[in-house]
Amino acid sequence: MIELIDVHKTFGDNAVLRGVNLIVPKGESMVIIGGSGTGKSVTIKCVLGLITPDSGTIKVNGQDVTKADRDEFLTHFGMLFQGGALFDSLHVWENVAFRLLRGRLKRPREEAREIAIEKLRRVGLKSSVADQFPAELSGGMQKRVGLARAIAAEPDIIFFDEPTTGLDPIMAGVINELIREIVVEMGATAVTITHDMSSVRAIADDVAMLHDGVIQWTGPVSDLDSCNDPYVTQFVNGRAEGPIEAVR
Amino acid sequence: MIGAVASLGHATLAAIAALGRIALFAASTLRHMFTPPFYPREFGNALLTIGWFSLPVVGMTAIFTGAALALQIYAGGSRFNAESVVPQIVAIGMVRELGPVLGGLMVAARVASSIAAEIGTMKVTEQIDALVTLSTNPMKYLTAPRVLAATLTLPVLVAVGDTIGIMGGYLVGITRLDFNSATYLQNTVNFLEPWDIGSGLVKGAVFGFLIALMGCYFGMHSARGAQGVGAATKAAVVAASVLILASNYLLTEAFFAA
Repeated sequence: MIELIDVHKTFGDNAVLRGVNLIVPKGESMVIIGGSGTGKSVTIKCVLGLITPDSGTIKVNGQDVTKADRDEFLTHFGMLFQGGALFDSLHVWENVAFRLLRGRLKRPREEAREIAIEKLRRVGLKSSVADQFPAELSGGMQKRVGLARAIAAEPDIIFFDEPTTGLDPIMAGVINELIREIVVEMGATAVTITHDMSSVRAIADDVAMLHDGVIQWTGPVSDLDSCNDPYVTQFVNGRAEGPIEAVR
Repeated sequence: MIGAVASLGHATLAAIAALGRIALFAASTLRHMFTPPFYPREFGNALLTIGWFSLPVVGMTAIFTGAALALQIYAGGSRFNAESVVPQIVAIGMVRELGPVLGGLMVAARVASSIAAEIGTMKVTEQIDALVTLSTNPMKYLTAPRVLAATLTLPVLVAVGDTIGIMGGYLVGITRLDFNSATYLQNTVNFLEPWDIGSGLVKGAVFGFLIALMGCYFGMHSARGAQGVGAATKAAVVAASVLILASNYLLTEAFFAA
């Protein structure tokens, strides 16, 4: 379970998080929605320790993340970055098996390669892709490789940062389905941040709406269309008029 | 008037803060160079890209510098009948100063820029964040191997550059200035003392450390976007070049001041 309690984060004069409170139950798929620049990425980067919050508490499985053994703590996580964040200088299989080639999960190179190829197959890529470099792949294939890397070490918790950004609708649908399948299959806790409503409906068990630095609404995805929260209604229906100011 | 003084104060404080950040970064780099985990594959790649692939540029710089130096010393020496000192001055000039400094500057242009651009691009494309989420410390994985490799390979490059530079002077000496081949070589070997060569190699190690450190520092602190990476690359080369020249003076003072 992931708990964020009154988390604040300010960059210069810009207060991005102003008291975020959120609970993601174990094994659930939570999708955080909200407009661009509302702090969705900052929220998950705070959980991962990539950004240090100014105040508030973040707990993972009951343990305060600031007091955890960093290496051990991160072995529980997998993350799919918005742009893939694949290492250009490494082959695709070395990207996928990165964690299995070094550190406390290190294993023989051949074994790591086999696991990488199996994970590539799991995300729908042929084994011939393994020896290519990331720059040789299309955007959709890079997302799949990023997904394979996120799941390679069988993490308990997986974060997906804008998983369908930059993809055509068909490829976005494929990635959404893959994410849903993998999360269910692994029984992992998943947190996805997106403003793509098709992703929300495909991936989410629960949805949280982040706006003005706080969680405005949270509830099951089935309540998304029937809820009366004006922020959610405006966002889901893509209206310019409403409490969320639209910059024209 | 007050505005000008305030601007000067701000600039001074910013410069001191930047120096402090670089000093902390250097201290952190040194700590990570000698504490596990180590990444031998990254270190091997860095040795290859920083050392081996810099050989042509260092060699070309050295041979032309040595050749030009021989012509200048001959022309200058002839004004007071001292043309015969060409082998000795070429040798000492190359091994003490020109070999390490020009080699260092050429490697700074080639290596500090490529390290800053590579790490800066990794930063703006979230690859550094990805390293952290994969339980890998970027200072250990990216910075420590590059700085260690540059510190170890620059003395080797300087030694190669010294040799090629002296050879450049020798070729000009025997083909254009009518020196006897055996006498030229004998004068060179007899004149040089071990510390002449050793001091140049020590300078090379210091320059190597500074070059890779600047590349890594500015890459890690690159601002967002292509413009940020471009600015980081330029700053890395400028800072590395200035530090090479400044530290060369300080080391020369320390080694040879009367």
